[in-house]
Amino acid sequence: MVSRKGKTNGDAAAAAGAGTMERAVIDRDGLDALIAALQDDGYQVTGPAVRDGAIVPGRLATGADLPMGWTDSQSGGHYRLEQGDPDRMFDYVVGPQSWKASLYPAEQLLFTARRGEHGFTVDEPRIDAPRLAFFGVRPCDLAAIRTLDTVFEGGPFTDTRYQVRREGVFIVAVNCARSADTCFCASMGTGPKAAGGYDLALTEITAEGRTRFLIEAGSERARPILANLPQQPAGAKDVEAAETAVAKAAKAQTRAMVPEVEALLKRNLESPHWDQVGKRCLNCSNCTLVCPTCFCSTVEDRTSLDGHEAERRRRWDSCFTMDFSYVHGGSIRRESSSRYRQWMTHKLATWHDQFGMSGCVGCGRCIAWCPVGIDITEEARAIADSEGRK
Amino acid sequence: MGANGKNGNGRSNGNGNGHGNGKNGLSERPKLAVWKFSSCDGCQLSLLDCEDELLAVAEKVEIAYFLEATRAQVKGPYDISLVEGSISTPEDGKRIRKIRRQSKVLITIGACATAGGIQALRNFGRLYDYITAVYARPDYIDALASSTPISEHVPVDFELRGCPINKHQLLEVLNAFLNHRRPNIPTYSQCVECKRHGTVCVMVAKGTPCLGPVTQAGCGNLCPSCDRGCYGCFGPKETPNTSSLATWFGWQGMSQRDIRHVFRSFNAGAEAFRRESESHE
Repeated sequence: MVSRKGKTNGDAAAAAGAGTMERAVIDRDGLDALIAALQDDGYQVTGPAVRDGAIVPGRLATGADLPMGWTDSQSGGHYRLEQGDPDRMFDYVVGPQSWKASLYPAEQLLFTARRGEHGFTVDEPRIDAPRLAFFGVRPCDLAAIRTLDTVFEGGPFTDTRYQVRREGVFIVAVNCARSADTCFCASMGTGPKAAGGYDLALTEITAEGRTRFLIEAGSERARPILANLPQQPAGAKDVEAAETAVAKAAKAQTRAMVPEVEALLKRNLESPHWDQVGKRCLNCSNCTLVCPTCFCSTVEDRTSLDGHEAERRRRWDSCFTMDFSYVHGGSIRRESSSRYRQWMTHKLATWHDQFGMSGCVGCGRCIAWCPVGIDITEEARAIADSEGRK
Repeated sequence: MGANGKNGNGRSNGNGNGHGNGKNGLSERPKLAVWKFSSCDGCQLSLLDCEDELLAVAEKVEIAYFLEATRAQVKGPYDISLVEGSISTPEDGKRIRKIRRQSKVLITIGACATAGGIQALRNFGRLYDYITAVYARPDYIDALASSTPISEHVPVDFELRGCPINKHQLLEVLNAFLNHRRPNIPTYSQCVECKRHGTVCVMVAKGTPCLGPVTQAGCGNLCPSCDRGCYGCFGPKETPNTSSLATWFGWQGMSQRDIRHVFRSFNAGAEAFRRESESHE
């Protein structure tokens, strides 16, 4: 994995050891000031916004754009935004879109080509990526960004398009004080508290009817920003309140990935259970497209009508399409069952072989946004149970 | 051949030799014909709707027969025939064979031509009942008992879906045939388009029944981006699992009658939708 020390993800331990200003308590004015400070530093701030009945990333102009008083209800194939405690800012969790769309857009122009008298010329477009600040990154999504870093930058080849977008990103994480029914980050070891990889981390704490935020610096470049916010010193009580809130969220999780799932799936490639899930699976691709770590893409070539110009575009693809496994003569994975197996075993098992980590961060999006509510934790458990019955 | 839906992978481009003679068997300025069968004309209109691009198309091809645009007619044979509409009368059946004989490449456009269209609803009832209910002189009507896609009558080189077709897809197909390459017409689900566009799923977030997960992409996720469920205008996707989706609709409180009806609209005659609707009789 690529080291980002001194750039984006100065590690939390180093920050904590450096003394001044590693943590403080701010209120809503502090959030406003933080967004303004990031903008003054030249960042385009993207954070949670309410659109079409869901929390999705949107442009934040001021702190007033943050959605107050919302919570969500999530289960298999079900997501509803609901009114929550009107004074709470972060009681919803992840929505259908992840930060993947900002770092690795759904469609990218790779090059254009023009036919000349002697062959053709190729032009690669410049990547015009704004300096982005991600505001409100949940710990599972922080882990997902680490995963994408490994995929796109950790191997022998670096995806320069990803690298350019990722390079300057300033991350304001939000630790979760509430879990949805679809969350299982605790069992994946990715949350509900961020373990580094952020510039600043917020934890919402409500005490004596007042909602405030414990804010912690995780990088050198975050310190001066934190120092200039209107704030109060963080007392032991504040730190304890934040710990309690996060612990409560972890305890509230009703779903968990079965232990040692990597070995379990590798032992069960021929399980009859794949046919069971294949009967329910729509092979619609939703799970892969909402997944914050699924990175597969396809390229498409187009020509102008006169055939003198061509362009190549890269688009998000999915292992659930027939085209994905098409080789000469046909598609290899024709059945839903084989496509579901491919996705799940890659995500939870062979990803370890490929990248030295799990491809799943426990965000639960694939559960909520599956139109028929297929639950990856339940499917893993069913396979584990089927072993017990043998 | 029926590239879309018949073999499930949309790979066939009816060309077979992208190289070789290099010209797809087409002339230097290929002759294009546009034919109408039982249909509403909406798909042909998509060609006129190309506006600026239509001029570019007209430069590359000779528009030899296109009654909706001009009365001028050039005799066949034709290099590319676009066929709109379903086979609904005995006369239609004869005419499509003649057109096939005159056409090097035959591309069907729209739900009528590729699945029988909305008029294929009659396939589920008795023709006599309908014509006696609708016409004062049913004996004037000479119609077939069913409305069927062109591919059931003659070999088809490419099927372009939609009710109506999407003009960008139409241009892409013409472009691909003119440039001797495979058309970029995906056969995956509507959901892929929604997610790439960042459209929030109306089924998951609002409980709106949506055929997107079993419907082929292509419209540019028109309905979900306007807060409506997908009506299935582009017909069944590759490997559609309609029974799982229908079961889910039932769990969400939809009646058997309503489930039957969502699968019986513009693509009622497409095999996957027909079978699913029949299992909710």
